[in-house]
Amino acid sequence: MSNAGSTTANALARTKTHGQPLWLLAELTYKCPLQCPYCSNPLDFAGAGEELSTEEWISVFRQAREMGAAQLGFSGGEPLVRQDLERLIAEARKLGYYTNLITSGIGLSGERIAAFREAGLDHIQVSFQASDEEVNNMLAGSKKAFQQKLKIAREVKAQGYPMVLNFVTHKHNIDQIDRIIELCVELEADYVELATCQYYGWAYENREQLLPTKAQLERAERITNEYREKLKAEGNPIRLIFVTPDYYEERPKKCMNGWGEIFLTVTPDGTALPCHSARMLPIEFPNVKDQSIDAIWNESNGFNYFRGDEWMQEPCRSCDEKEQDHGGCRCQAYMMTGDMHAADPVCGKSPDHGKILAAREAAELDTNGQPITYRNERNSKVFAESSRVFARSG
Amino acid sequence: MNAAVKTDFRVPVLGTLFRFQWEPAQQAYVLLYPEGMVKLNQSAGEILALVDGQRNVTAISAALMEKFPEAGDLSGDILEFLEVAREQRWIDYR
Ligand code: SF4
Ligand code: SF4
Repeated sequence: MSNAGSTTANALARTKTHGQPLWLLAELTYKCPLQCPYCSNPLDFAGAGEELSTEEWISVFRQAREMGAAQLGFSGGEPLVRQDLERLIAEARKLGYYTNLITSGIGLSGERIAAFREAGLDHIQVSFQASDEEVNNMLAGSKKAFQQKLKIAREVKAQGYPMVLNFVTHKHNIDQIDRIIELCVELEADYVELATCQYYGWAYENREQLLPTKAQLERAERITNEYREKLKAEGNPIRLIFVTPDYYEERPKKCMNGWGEIFLTVTPDGTALPCHSARMLPIEFPNVKDQSIDAIWNESNGFNYFRGDEWMQEPCRSCDEKEQDHGGCRCQAYMMTGDMHAADPVCGKSPDHGKILAAREAAELDTNGQPITYRNERNSKVFAESSRVFARSG
Repeated sequence: MNAAVKTDFRVPVLGTLFRFQWEPAQQAYVLLYPEGMVKLNQSAGEILALVDGQRNVTAISAALMEKFPEAGDLSGDILEFLEVAREQRWIDYR
């Protein structure tokens, strides 16, 4: 009976080969109070113009809702920086969205959490960057620098929100997964996402320092399973979601449940993308300031580009598995082969699969002690998560 | 008094993690939760639409059978669904 993601009951008059947007990610701002030296300067984003105004955002919400979007994520940068966040939440909720706030928790107060509640916010996800100094402090046993985040997480629960805690794991912290899980249990999280980061953009550059070894992954997964059983036996409803990097698979993941099938990201300046990461691709994407969401979703070149399978090359074109993974992640293909039309190298059939094998081998080398220039990877990770959550409920 | 007419006084309420609503674009009832959605089939949707924290299980059955008289005795199916729904934490009993 639960077939989320199915588009069979599409009530839109037009017959289409693709789905309708169900998930809208609103990247409200590139600004972030953390100002990490390794974090992206918002002004560095090529072509990043002025942020959309309150009214422009509301118009985006209304249009996407009319097309069927039901989930709305507020992210950034740090969305708390937007002074109109309460207003945006209220408008989104009035339109019927399930509203998710995806935040680092930095700069969040009990009063503002209450104000969001008042506005109708449904859920708060607190992201813990495993690279965060705070998390490292926590894992090193010093909880002091970590207090603000813990305080916020407790406050979120105390005010009755469902809470998702999100930890990005990597080579240097995955061995302490038991302590991460115990912290989440203590904080009474409803869902815990333990995900190895996706190796896009900057994380790709740091891959050797970040990619866990196969043995590390297997151990972490085993420990997670043990906790699942133990917690279930205790009657604890917490859900632990463990996501392994596709680097250890022989077949790639389907891009965002299908390019332009479910997800719509709008960036601070109004650029519309089929996925957060897609801005890296040499494709011109439309802007909500110039076109309606309907035109963007149904007619723009950017959204139509990887729909269907016309664009495919060998080995994907004649592959009998192409319906399942659609050739895998376009951004991964682009990063690793220089050609965004190529098969995702994760695939054992890809001529570039050797690059994945080499990365696995490199992960076995001891890189401990090397500095990690780990940048805020919240959004692309969150998006990958969302895709999975959707798929899971299907 | 036989088992069939015994009143089931348990009152189901919607789970705190879920929001239930009609989605016009899907032409279906859905359950929304953090970053996810469950699209309900018609019978599941009709049952959950009657879960209001007031009606007990017997009252829900009665209301549905009144709405769909041609469907016959639905109480078994309803109980079965409510059991699944409880396992999924879509509902809980007060
Ligand atoms: S060859 Fe292409 S379509 Fe076939 S399994 Fe590999 S990535 Fe998927
Ligand atoms: S990063 Fe992967 S999942 Fe996202 S748009 Fe690119 S190809 Fe799709």
